[in-house]
Amino acid sequence: MSWPQFVTVTLNGLTLAALYFVVAIGFTLIFGVLRVVNLAHGSFYLLGGYVGWTVADRTGSWVLGAVAALVAAALGGLLLELGLLRRIHGQDLREALVTIGVSIVAADLMLAQWGGFTYDFSPPDAITGGVRLPLLGIGYPKYRLFVLAFALALGLALWLLLARTRLGIVVRAAIDDRDMVAAVGIDVQRLFALMFAVGAGLAGLAGVVGGSVLSISSGEDARYLLASLIVVIVGGMGSLPGTAVAALLVALVEQYSLALFPTYAAIVSFLLMVVVLVVRPQGLFGRPA
Amino acid sequence: MSTLEPRYSRRALLCRAGLVGLAASASALLAACAGQQPTPTPAPPATSPTPAAAATPTPAAPAAAASPTVTVGPAAGEIVIGILATLEGAFALYGEEAVRGVELAVAEFGGAIAGKKIRLVKESTDATPQVAREKARKLIEQDKVDCIVGPLSGDEGLALRDYAKTIPDKTIVNGTSAAQDTTLRDPAPNFFRFSTDGVQWMAGLGTYCYEVKGYRRVATLGEDYSYPYSQVAGFLLEFCRLGGECVAQFWVPIGTKDYSSVISSMPTDIDAIYVILGGSDAVNFLKAYSDFGGKAALIGGSSTVDQNVLETKGALRSRVIGIPGAGPVAADNPDPAWKAWVEQYRKQFPQGLSTPSLFCWGYYVNAKGLLLGLQAVNGDLSDGQKKLQAALAKVEFDGPTGHIKLDKNRQAIANNFVTEVAEGPDGNLYNKLVKVVEGVNQTLGLPEDKYLSLGSFTRDNPTCEKIKRTFGS
Repeated sequence: MSWPQFVTVTLNGLTLAALYFVVAIGFTLIFGVLRVVNLAHGSFYLLGGYVGWTVADRTGSWVLGAVAALVAAALGGLLLELGLLRRIHGQDLREALVTIGVSIVAADLMLAQWGGFTYDFSPPDAITGGVRLPLLGIGYPKYRLFVLAFALALGLALWLLLARTRLGIVVRAAIDDRDMVAAVGIDVQRLFALMFAVGAGLAGLAGVVGGSVLSISSGEDARYLLASLIVVIVGGMGSLPGTAVAALLVALVEQYSLALFPTYAAIVSFLLMVVVLVVRPQGLFGRPA
Repeated sequence: MSTLEPRYSRRALLCRAGLVGLAASASALLAACAGQQPTPTPAPPATSPTPAAAATPTPAAPAAAASPTVTVGPAAGEIVIGILATLEGAFALYGEEAVRGVELAVAEFGGAIAGKKIRLVKESTDATPQVAREKARKLIEQDKVDCIVGPLSGDEGLALRDYAKTIPDKTIVNGTSAAQDTTLRDPAPNFFRFSTDGVQWMAGLGTYCYEVKGYRRVATLGEDYSYPYSQVAGFLLEFCRLGGECVAQFWVPIGTKDYSSVISSMPTDIDAIYVILGGSDAVNFLKAYSDFGGKAALIGGSSTVDQNVLETKGALRSRVIGIPGAGPVAADNPDPAWKAWVEQYRKQFPQGLSTPSLFCWGYYVNAKGLLLGLQAVNGDLSDGQKKLQAALAKVEFDGPTGHIKLDKNRQAIANNFVTEVAEGPDGNLYNKLVKVVEGVNQTLGLPEDKYLSLGSFTRDNPTCEKIKRTFGS
C-alpha cells in the first residue's frame, strides 16, 4: 500500500467511524438508560434520511432538512416509547420483538411513501468539493472531513452533557442503577421518554449526515441497524467511550480490508465481533456481569 | 416500573440481544434447510399428511396451517401464475418494475387464455438463492400455482434451475435473472428463458468502447456473484479480442456501502473503469468516484446505468451523462413496436418510470412467451404440462425490442443495444441508443466448443490473456 493510499484509506476509516458513531450512539444511549435493545433503530435512520431529503428538496436548505430529520425521528421515537414500549418495560424479549415488528412495518410504510428510488443529497457548497490536505499532498472530499468534525463535536457535546449537567448526572445514575434513581424521587418515565427521543433523533440526524456521504434508499435501515449492533457489541452495550472506540475499530478494519482484499471484506468486521465476544464477552468497555 | 422483574445483568441482555438479532437470519437458515428436504408431492391438505411432514415441523408447515384457505390452487377454468420478484430491500424498485412487466403481458391477452382466467400470485424474495428457492416452493406447494415467472437476480436463477429439476410437471419461465450458466450449463428441461443473459447484454459494448471511445486499458469493478461475472466476461470477450487490456479487477461484497477505499486502490494509468453494481450501490460508487476526483471514464454494466438508477432523486445526474453501457433495452429505440409498448406501459402505470426498465422488459417478454405457449395448447395443462413445455420451446415472437426465439437450451436469441446516458429535452436522463446488435446468441456468435472450453465464468475467469489465447486477438 503506497503512502497516499494509506493516508486516504485511514481517512476513509476515520470518516466512516464518525458516521457509525453518530448512528450507534443513539442505540447505546437507549440501551444504557432503558435497557431496551431497540431493533427499530435503523428505521429511525431511514426515516430521518427520507424526511430530511424531502424537506431539503422543498426548502432548498440542507440544514433545515437535517433539523427536520432530527425532529421527525425524535417524534417517532417518542411515539414508539410512549405508545408501545412503556407497557412492556423490563420484558426484554417482548421489547426486542416489538421493535423488530415496528421496523418491518416501518420499512414497508416508507417504501410505500418514498418508493424504491435512491435519494442523493446536495449538501451546502461550503462543505462539498475537494480540498488539498496540507503536508500530506493528497486531495480529499471536504464533506467527509465535515462528517468527522461533526462527530467529534457531537461526541464532545454529549460528553459535556453527561459529565457537567444535572441531567447528565441523572442519566449516568440511571445507567448504573435505575431502581435507585426512581427511589430517590426522580421521574424515571420522563427520563426514559426523553432519552428515547434523543437516541432516535440522533439516528434521524445521522440519516441526513450519513445519507449525504452515501445515499438513502430502501434497505439502508437494516444496514445501519447491523452496523450499530456490531459497534455496540464490540464496544460494550451502554458504554459511550466504548461506542466511540468500537466505531473507530470497526470502520478502520472495514476500510483496510476493502482496500487490501475487497472480496472478503464482508466477513472481517464480523470476525472482529466474534473475536471480541470470545475474549471479552461484555465488549471492550462493558462492565462484567 | 420493573420492580417485580428481576434485574437483568448486562451479559444476559447481551446474549438476548444477540439471540434476537440472529432470529431473522435463523429463520432464513431454517427456510434454507427446509429447502433441502426432498419435495413431497403436493397432496390436498385434507388427506393424511405424510409422516415426514408430521414429524419434522418445517416453517412452511405451521404457516400452511395458519394461512386462511380462501384461494388455494386453481379453481375450475383458471390458470394460476406465480410471480417471483424482489419486492423489498435495495432491489425493491426492480421488483415493482418486474410485476408491471407481467401485468402488461397478461393485460395484452385480456387476462385470459382460451377462456381460462389468469390469476397472478406475487411472492417476494430478498435476492438470495435460499429464499428464492423457498418462495418458489411455497408458490408451488401452498399456492398451487401452475407456472412461475421469475426470479429477478442471478444467483436466484441458478437456484431455481436446480429446483425446476425437482418439479418436472410444473413450468418456470425466467424473470430477469441473467447468470449465463442458468441455461448454458446443465439446463433444466422445464426452465425457459425468453430474456437474454448477462453476457448477451454486453454484446457490442466492448467493440464500441475500443473502436469509438478509443479505450485501451480498463479496470473492472463488480459485485461478487454470478451475474456480474457474466457481465464482465461479456464485456471482456469483445474488448480483449480487439486488443484491449484489463489491468485490474475488483470484486466487492453485495451491499458494500463505502467504495472510497476501493477507489483509492484503483490503478491510475487506465482509460476507463467498467462498473457493474446494482441499485443504490451504483449511486454510492458514482458519488464517491466523483468526490474523490476520479479521472478515468466510466463504462456501465446493464444495471449500473439502468433507468431505475437514472431516476435517482438528487444531484447524481451531472455525473452520469455520457457513460456508455449496453443491455436488452434502449429508451429511445425508434422501433414502432417499442414505442407502442412504452405507450401502453405509461397508460397502464401512470405512476411508473418515464420509460420501462430492463426489469419490466425481462418479466414482460418471459410472461409473454409463457402466455403464447399456453395459447398454443389452448390452456391445456394436463399430462404434467408436457404439451405446454413442448409448445414453449417452439414459441417465437416479435417483442418490443425485436424478434425473440429460443435455442436448444431454451435460452433466448434476441437483439441487444449499445447505449449512452444522455439528457432528454424534458430534462430526464435516459439511455440513448447508439447501436443495435441483432440476433445475439448465448456465445456471442463465437464457436460453441471454444466458448464452452473457457469454463464457467467466475471472479478470475476468463482473463484477457485467456480470451486472446482461445480466440486469437
